[in-house]
Amino acid sequence: MPAWTSASITKPLVFALCLSPLGALVWRGFHDGLGANPIEFITHATGDWTLRFLLITLAVTPARRLLGMPGLIRYRRMLGLFAFFYGCLHFITYLWLDKFFDLHEIAVDIGKRPFITAGFAAFVMLIPLAMTSTNNWVRRLGGKRWQRLHRLIYVSAAAGCLHYYWLVKSDVRAPLAYAAVLALLLAARMIARRPSRPAARGKESPATSAATPR
Amino acid sequence: MLIRKPPQIRASEITPKHVYLNRRKFLAVPALAAFPGLAPAGVRLADVRKSPFSTDEKITPYQHATHYNNFYEFGTGKEQPAELAKNLRISPWAISVEGHVARPRVFDFDDIMKLAPLEERIYRLRCVEGWSMVIPWIGYPLNALIRQVEPTSKAKYVAFESLYDSKQMPAARWAGIPFPYVEGLRMDEAMHPLTLLCVGMYGETLPNQSGAPVRLVVPWKYGFKSIKSIVKIKFTEKQPPTTWSRANPQEYGFYSNVNPQVDHPRWSQAKERRLGEFFKRNTLMFNGYGDQVAQLYAGMDLRKYY
Repeated sequence: MPAWTSASITKPLVFALCLSPLGALVWRGFHDGLGANPIEFITHATGDWTLRFLLITLAVTPARRLLGMPGLIRYRRMLGLFAFFYGCLHFITYLWLDKFFDLHEIAVDIGKRPFITAGFAAFVMLIPLAMTSTNNWVRRLGGKRWQRLHRLIYVSAAAGCLHYYWLVKSDVRAPLAYAAVLALLLAARMIARRPSRPAARGKESPATSAATPR
Repeated sequence: MLIRKPPQIRASEITPKHVYLNRRKFLAVPALAAFPGLAPAGVRLADVRKSPFSTDEKITPYQHATHYNNFYEFGTGKEQPAELAKNLRISPWAISVEGHVARPRVFDFDDIMKLAPLEERIYRLRCVEGWSMVIPWIGYPLNALIRQVEPTSKAKYVAFESLYDSKQMPAARWAGIPFPYVEGLRMDEAMHPLTLLCVGMYGETLPNQSGAPVRLVVPWKYGFKSIKSIVKIKFTEKQPPTTWSRANPQEYGFYSNVNPQVDHPRWSQAKERRLGEFFKRNTLMFNGYGDQVAQLYAGMDLRKYY
């Protein structure tokens, strides 16, 4: 990739793109576009985008391999943080617009309603990941430990899918679609892991394997 | 050159095609004040009386009441029914009334319109999902129809069935609930003066997505009890099955009275969001119709019979 396409231009561009769902929501808010039940609309939109950004973040690693674009790694942190950002908006919507900071009612909800328990857990798991997303924290924890901690994103995404599945009344197509994409992304990781070690040793010469980007 | 714009005709002033095509039928039956035979959606209904059962709360805007609703035969999204029910054929329409009655009969839409004087009833509507509206319905008490067919002593319940036509309702296959949609009431609930056989709203015939041409409105029960687009009414001895309780018996019971003390297993029913309001309001027992209906359930454990 030529130098000018890398960080200086594409990063702000991706950043702006990631903000566009929020922009669309604000625009709708000022143009009577949130329908008959605006708070429900905002809750669903921010929830949808949290789940989507989690899946997009998880798609970075398989996409690097499949497309042969290892440079995509530099967007992963930003995408993950946007998942957290939309998760925060979703949670604030619930806290403020839906429950109006009624902490007692929220506590009852989290304890008693499985779909809220799952959603809350999914959100809480993202907090340490967002906090330790800086280079400084990677260094402090060490690569291995940092990576192990950040595997929590799998659990969070799965809890997010469950949250959605338990929420709907009867038409489970959308939550199942998200769960299927998540399953596919996890499967891609398992497949990518398996052949690389034992098979690579036998078949590839040291020269070619060294040239193959991992 | 001067190019003049043609005068703007508002969409609301354009005669719907089906009304235009059927215009001579109107001429053929001028004797009827209401609109006989065809029941196209959005036709003004004349000679509608006011009712003491009406609430004076602020009425939900027409656009919201007709573009945010559930009609799972036309998709599970709230805006889908308005779009997907547009071409539903509602004329001719027949309602078969059968079962334990002395005079079973098939009513067409004309018969329904002539059965009793039309009233406007402004009712609260509370959806099991936690939102509510205030809607000016038009119709008359269901008991007017029930009296016509003379139920026998074996008639303990009334079962209702909606139209189901997979060709006109292709989205229904994804809804996740069984069709045709069925509902039921106990005989005393069906005879209650609040229970409305409904043919219109907001001064007009029902739009397709709101259950045209004939639906039920039971204001003290969750919205799904108010079955839409009725094609069959059957008087039974045993409690009839109801769609949501068939789909998920732990979550939806036969009675489904609005009750802030009995939560849905997955969410609280203590509060509701009235569409158009920012703060939630407390949900009222029997949706605020307790004075009229509480005695129907005297001595019953409403936690058990939810």
